[in-house]
Amino acid sequence: MSDHLVQTTHVETAASASPERRLPPALRWAGLVLALIVVLALPMMIYPPVAMDILAWGLLAISVDLLLGYTGLLSFGHAAFWGASAYATGLIAIKTGLPFPVAVLGGALVAMLLAVPTGWLAVRRTGIYFAMVTLAFGQMLFFLANWARDLTGGENGLQGIPKTFFGSVVETDPFFFYYAALPLLLLGAWIAWRTVHSPFGRVLMAIRDNPARARALGYNVEKYKIMVFVISAGLAGLAGGVFSVSHGFASLQELIWTTSGKAVLITVLGGIGTLWGGPIGAAIVVMLEDKLASSGFEGIGIITGLIFVICVLAFRKGIWGTAADLIARTRTRQEHKRDIS
Amino acid sequence: MGSFIQYTLQGLAAGGFYALAALGLAVIFGVMGVVNFSHGAMYMLGAVASAVLLKELGVGFWGAIVLVPILLFLFGVLIERTLVRWLLALDPLYNFLLTFGLTLIIVDLVKKKYGVSGLPYELPAGLDGRLAIGGVSLSKYQLFAAVFSVLMCLLVWLLLTKTRIGMIVRAATEDSERSRALGINVGMWVTPVFGFGIALAGLAGVLASPFRAITADMGTNFIIILFAVVVIGGLGSILGAVMAGFLVGLVEAYGQAYAPAFAQVLIFVLMAAVILIRPSGLFGREEVS
Repeated sequence: MSDHLVQTTHVETAASASPERRLPPALRWAGLVLALIVVLALPMMIYPPVAMDILAWGLLAISVDLLLGYTGLLSFGHAAFWGASAYATGLIAIKTGLPFPVAVLGGALVAMLLAVPTGWLAVRRTGIYFAMVTLAFGQMLFFLANWARDLTGGENGLQGIPKTFFGSVVETDPFFFYYAALPLLLLGAWIAWRTVHSPFGRVLMAIRDNPARARALGYNVEKYKIMVFVISAGLAGLAGGVFSVSHGFASLQELIWTTSGKAVLITVLGGIGTLWGGPIGAAIVVMLEDKLASSGFEGIGIITGLIFVICVLAFRKGIWGTAADLIARTRTRQEHKRDIS
Repeated sequence: MGSFIQYTLQGLAAGGFYALAALGLAVIFGVMGVVNFSHGAMYMLGAVASAVLLKELGVGFWGAIVLVPILLFLFGVLIERTLVRWLLALDPLYNFLLTFGLTLIIVDLVKKKYGVSGLPYELPAGLDGRLAIGGVSLSKYQLFAAVFSVLMCLLVWLLLTKTRIGMIVRAATEDSERSRALGINVGMWVTPVFGFGIALAGLAGVLASPFRAITADMGTNFIIILFAVVVIGGLGSILGAVMAGFLVGLVEAYGQAYAPAFAQVLIFVLMAAVILIRPSGLFGREEVS
C-alpha cells in the first residue's frame, strides 16, 4: 500500500509538548497583558463592528487550530458549527427575547450537539479523508438550512436578530456591544488554552504525533478525537453566535464551505498550533477584506487565494509560528552561551 | 415506467460527469497522493472554455470536446510544474490547501472576466431534440452524454490495464517506492498524470456545458459532490471512483424526481452510510492508522 494512505498527519505545527519550548512565565504574562490591552483598545482604533468581526473570526480560527495544530485533524466543515450557532442564537434571541449572551450560549450548545454525530462519523477517517468528510457534512447542513426556509428564512436569511441586553446602551451602540460580547469570546479563548495545557491536551498531541503509540498506551483515540471535536465545535459556536448578533442577521453565507475555507486560511496564516495565531491572522484577513470591499475591488478571492498559496508554499509556520520559532531559537542560543561560560 | 427510464438516463448522464471527474481525481491521488481541491474549478474552466471557444472563435461542441481537454492538460502541467511539485514531499494536506487557494483565485478571475450570469451555449447540431424509443421520449443529448462518458471511462480503464503506460501508472499507484526500486522513473510520470487528471475534469465540463448553466460558481457545488463520490467509492480505487460517480448521479436524479427537497441531502446520507459500514469506501482498501 502506498505511503500516503497510511501515514499520519505531519503539518508544521508550532504546538509541542516539550516544556523547553515554552516561554518563561514573566514573558508569557507580559504577552497576555499586552494582548488584553490591544483587545480592549481595538474598538477605539477601528470601527467597532469590524473589531467584533476580527475577534469572532479569531475564535473560529482558534477552534480550527485546536483540531489541526493539536490533534492533527483538518476540519474543512467548521462553517457548519459557526453557522448552526448563528441561526440557533438568532432564533433563541428572536423567539424568547432573552439577553443575547444566553442566546449565544444556547447557540454554542446546539453546535456542540450537532458535533456529536458528525464527529462520531468523521473520526472514522483520518488525514485528508477527515477534511473531505467534514466538508461534505458541512455542505449537507447548508442544503438542510436552505430547505427549512420556515425556520431559517432560506435565501433571505434570518433577519432582525436583537441585541437584547437589559434595555441598556449595548443594544444600540456597537461600541458598547463590543465590550458586552467580549467576555463570551474570551471565555472561548480561555477554554481553548485550558484544553491545550491540560493532561487531556497532552494526550491530543500524543495522538497527533503517533496515533498507534497513543492507542498502544491504552488511550481511546477515537473518544479523545470526538471530545476535542465537540469542544472545538462549541468554540466555533460561540464565535458564530456573537457574529450573528453583532450583524443582526444570519445568512446561508455562514454555512457555505468557503466560510470553512476562510477559517482554515486564517489559521494557516496566523500559524498552525499557536492559538495566538488565530486572532492575528483574523485581524489581517478581516481588515484586508474590509479595505478591499470599501475600495470597490471585486474578486477578493484573488487576493485571499494568493495569500493562501504563498503561505502554503513559503510560509508554512505562519506569522506567530515564525515569531515563536525565532524567540525559541534566540533563547536556546543564550542558554548555550551561558552553559559554555 | 417511461418517466423512470427518463430519470435513469438523466442520472447516468449527470453521473457520467461525476465519474469522469472523479476518475481524474482518483488517478492524481493514486500516483501523487494529492487531493486536488481545484478539480471543481477545472470542471468549470472546461465549460467556460467551450463557451468562449464558441463565442470568440466559432469552435463548436465537437471541436471543444477535443481542444478543451488538451488546453486543460497543458494548464494542469503548468500548475504541477510551478506549484504542486514543491509540496509533494510534504503532508498531503498542504497540496489540498494549495489547490483550495488556487480555486479561490480561478473562480474570482473568471467572475471578473465573464461576470456572474451564465454564458450561453447551444446543443450541438444532431444532438438536440428527443428520441422516441418504445414509446419513451428521451433527450438525445443526455443519451449521448451517458454513452460517451461510459465509453471514456472504459477507454481510460483499457489505457490503465492494457498498455505499458497504464502498467507503470498502476504500479506507481500501488507502491511508488517499490516501482522506483524496479527501475521505473516514477517522477517522470507525475506531471503528465496530473495534466491527464485535470483534462478529465475539463472533459466533464465540456460535456456539462450544453445542459448546465455555465457560471464561475458551477464548480463550487460540484467539488463537494465529487468529494462525496470519492469517499463513497474509496479514493485509492479507480473502479470505485467510476462506479460511485454513476451511483451518485442516479441517486441525485431519483432524488430530484421523487423527493426534490432532499435530492442533495440524500448523497450525503449515502456517504454517511458508507463511512459507517465500510469506512474505506465501497471499493477502497482498508486504511491503517
